[in-house]
Amino acid sequence: MRIQIISIVGSLLFIFLILELIRRKKLKEAYALIWGVMSICFLILACWVDALGFVSKLIGIEYAPATLFLVLLVTVVLILIQFSVIISSQTDKIRSLSQETALLKQRLAELEKGSAKNKNK
Amino acid sequence: MKMKVALIIPCFNEQDNIIGVIDDVFSHLPPDEDWRVIAVNDCSADATLAKLDEDGRAVILDLPCNSGVGAAVQTGFKYARANGFDFALKFDGDGQHRADYIPALLEVLKNDQADFAVGSRFIRPEGQGFQSTSLRRVGIRFFRFLIRLLSGYTPSDPTSGFRAYNRRALEFATRYYPSFDYPEPEELVLMKKNHFRIKDVFTEMRERRGGVSSISWYRGIYYMFKVGFAIFMVALRPKEEDFN
Repeated sequence: MRIQIISIVGSLLFIFLILELIRRKKLKEAYALIWGVMSICFLILACWVDALGFVSKLIGIEYAPATLFLVLLVTVVLILIQFSVIISSQTDKIRSLSQETALLKQRLAELEKGSAKNKNK
Repeated sequence: MKMKVALIIPCFNEQDNIIGVIDDVFSHLPPDEDWRVIAVNDCSADATLAKLDEDGRAVILDLPCNSGVGAAVQTGFKYARANGFDFALKFDGDGQHRADYIPALLEVLKNDQADFAVGSRFIRPEGQGFQSTSLRRVGIRFFRFLIRLLSGYTPSDPTSGFRAYNRRALEFATRYYPSFDYPEPEELVLMKKNHFRIKDVFTEMRERRGGVSSISWYRGIYYMFKVGFAIFMVALRPKEEDFN
């Protein structure tokens, strides 16, 4: 019973943390989705005590807490993959911006040279 | 009318080589074309940019953060595209390539024998010209085999960075150039896959004049894996449909 209260409170705190981060614009909604799903899963498991045993039996795991670790691990791996995807797309964007900056710097230097010449005339 | 040709030189920490390279280039540019030499500084930590500024002959594109040679070259392509160039050449900033072979590379494109020309050390029989070190040769054999397997085209010198592009190839490269550290072998598969006519042209190459090669032996192994993997992935992707 005590563990159930602790896990319900823990899950609620987790949900609150995610929502608060979004509210303060520290976390983009698009990236928070997977965290949200994870926190709701925690809450369900905390409220419905037999769920873990039920799921374990369903997929054939003898030791119920192992299911918890499995779910946790899979979720964390998925989140990390999502991060890699985001990093890759940001790398592309940074590259484009760098290139654009280099081209604009050159253009600016050229224009400044041109206008300096005109002034001297 | 004179053709507009861009010669793109990517440079990263080439303070000891770059002016020599530019001298070499300017003494060999064929006068019957409208040339522009474009040096792309990939955020060098040394005096490369200062030397280029002082020299003043090349158009300088200065990347604000180090982005890799692929990105540097692509910046040059973007410049050439935006300014209506007919041809583009890629020339290394470390003095390995010889400017006296520039006309040979360009000739193939002007005669419309190919869309894309690759300077190769290996077309003439063994013993003539610079033949590269043994480890590099292993890598070259490996890529030659892999590229033939995946694209049906046998490149003579798959890691050579001395390349020339006609207008269509330039347009394609501007959009799809591999942003990788070592884009050369990958680019061959990509160009072949998108039905560009590739031609190998004999060019002698020098040993490096100064600085360190970007590929030491242990990095060479890593390089072969990384680039080999990238080649596989390029081969697995469909051809770029939105490029007509």
